[in-house]
Amino acid sequence: MRTSKGARVGQYLALLGYLVFLAFPFVWLISTAFKPPRELASLHPTWIPRNPTLANFRQAFDEQPLLQAAFNSLVAALGAAVIAVLVATPMAYVMARHRTRLAKAATGWVVVSQAFPFVLVIIPLFLVLKNLRLINSLPGLVMVYVVWALPFALWMLVGYVRAVPTELEEAAAVDGAGKLRTLVSITAPLLAPGIVATALFAFISAWNEFFFALVLLKTPEKQTLPVVLTHFIGAEGVADLGPLAAAAFLATLPSLVVFAIIQKRITGGMLAGAVKS
Amino acid sequence: MRTRWILALVMGLLLTACSSDDGGSDGRITLRFQSLAWQEESVDANKELVEEWNAVHPDVKVEYVQGSWDSVHDQLLTSFEGGEAPDIIHDASDDLADFAYGGYLAELGELLPERLKSDIPQRSWETATFGDGIYGVPFLQEPRVLIANAEWLKESGVRIPTPENPWTWEEFRSIAKELSGEGKYGVAWPLKEPVSATLNLSLSTSGQMFHRGEDGKVTVRFDSADEVVPRTVHDEVNTDGSASSTTLGMGGSDTLPGFFGGKYAMVPLGFSYRQQIVQQAPKGFDWQVLPAPAGADGLTQGVSPQTLSIAEDSPHKKEAAEFIDFLLQPKNMVRLALGDWMLPTGTEALKDPALHTTKDDWATGTALAAQLRSAPAQSVRGYPEWKDKVATPAFQEYYSGAIDLDELRKRLVEDGNLVLARYQR
Repeated sequence: MRTSKGARVGQYLALLGYLVFLAFPFVWLISTAFKPPRELASLHPTWIPRNPTLANFRQAFDEQPLLQAAFNSLVAALGAAVIAVLVATPMAYVMARHRTRLAKAATGWVVVSQAFPFVLVIIPLFLVLKNLRLINSLPGLVMVYVVWALPFALWMLVGYVRAVPTELEEAAAVDGAGKLRTLVSITAPLLAPGIVATALFAFISAWNEFFFALVLLKTPEKQTLPVVLTHFIGAEGVADLGPLAAAAFLATLPSLVVFAIIQKRITGGMLAGAVKS
Repeated sequence: MRTRWILALVMGLLLTACSSDDGGSDGRITLRFQSLAWQEESVDANKELVEEWNAVHPDVKVEYVQGSWDSVHDQLLTSFEGGEAPDIIHDASDDLADFAYGGYLAELGELLPERLKSDIPQRSWETATFGDGIYGVPFLQEPRVLIANAEWLKESGVRIPTPENPWTWEEFRSIAKELSGEGKYGVAWPLKEPVSATLNLSLSTSGQMFHRGEDGKVTVRFDSADEVVPRTVHDEVNTDGSASSTTLGMGGSDTLPGFFGGKYAMVPLGFSYRQQIVQQAPKGFDWQVLPAPAGADGLTQGVSPQTLSIAEDSPHKKEAAEFIDFLLQPKNMVRLALGDWMLPTGTEALKDPALHTTKDDWATGTALAAQLRSAPAQSVRGYPEWKDKVATPAFQEYYSGAIDLDELRKRLVEDGNLVLARYQR
């Protein structure tokens, strides 16, 4: 079915509008980060700062330990992503390939567990971590993030495993490959986009997470970026807008960089042509 | 190869994180002081004071922990439940009731030195008194004032109010009307959070709203004294057109661009907003602080001061109280007040010349200090629910003109008393 020229123009315009809608907060954040206080309070705001300044960045770094917080966030997010994927991948394989009642029940539980609100688990979790002496420690936070990311990671990966045709594994078996060899050499490479997407999900959700980090980390040297960002907000929601925007802009960069680096792995379509139909 | 490199990086980061745990104990007492200071000058003042204490108290080290106003209640609640609360806690008096009644905070009556107890007036102690005990030291407070475009006021020729001779609420309404016209407004009410502003200002007209009976139970009433402030705001927005309806949903900071841009002559704001005005106002913009209008009770208004408390679980309450005493020595209280652009509660600190200067209108605010009282509802159990579920939507609808005064009264009183009754069974 061919699309008419007018419809295509309409589609592109809608797409452009959607992109502008998505980009607006980020562009405005960048603009705010470079504006001096007087421009921030102008009745006629401008997209491009009239007198761009780095003062907000200087103030943000002077007032709060942003580099330390970024390092902590990186440890927590990277740790959560790698461990979640390492744990979830074999589990997902078993659940996808062996469709027993237990596997179905486990999948159902995984979906239901996503509905638990944070506040429901935070106090028991706090007490458990306290007994393990893992309060105010990044390994403790990584454990929490892994547990929190695991159900969704598992759910995602089960779908990716199911998308890998079993015929490929059967063909490998016919050619004499053992189970482990088949998994490592045939299935795992085909799962790569799914594993990368899952890791990215775990990384970004841990990088942005606020509530657990707020409650579990006590000292400034351990706090993560989302917690440190709230230090620019005062009573009744009054904010030190310039430094807050500067710090928030810096906080979004790692997620964007990670996404930019690995997005090709997600969209690469590595299964294309794997099986001759 | 690449996979190995990533794994090595992750393991390295995790090991670094594990090995950077707190150092071992050296036998000294360590107190954790969680501060909510957030403005640059205020953070500096707090950190400097901690350093000064540590320099002369080698056996009692204070560790500065940065908290945040935005999330302090949830964070403290979890810390208390888990037995991991900081020893010294910075908060606001209206956030303390649940913690005090819950047994999480130490009663300070016996712990504090006489010097500090007598330096802070009784009316301020009342803000942190719950039941028979004191659970926080109120040390910084701010009145709500009118911040005005000085040039606009001067050109209009209206009488400029002073703390000695303030405007009445009626006069304020007529002057706001006089200043309005041609798309400009006499006043912008930033009432995104309308309840505390309305209740606190209503003390000037003897409005109480919460009344404690002989049985100790609290009920809500909405008498004629409670009507004056809400009616003034409503009429300015809906009858006179002297207050902008668009600012009703705004926070204080959101109104500043319009104020600087000449859309509003006056904005009722907290005294500490002067810091933002100094920082953000266009060069040459002439502004001044005016006292809020007065009613039957003069300039009286409600406040919820910033407080310092001690955790009940702290094993070093005596040392924590000594640190609070040090932090709130008059000269130190002045440093904290200047850092936060607020008023100290201490009578000695209030005498400091730095708080009586005409620069940035410190003198006007300081003259109001004696009129500040405990916010009407802060010790009422169930107040947060009444505020969020009943009063906030009711006031918002009334101010925007969607409901009338009778409907406002009905909701505040009937629905409100149902909420309070659940907490007082």
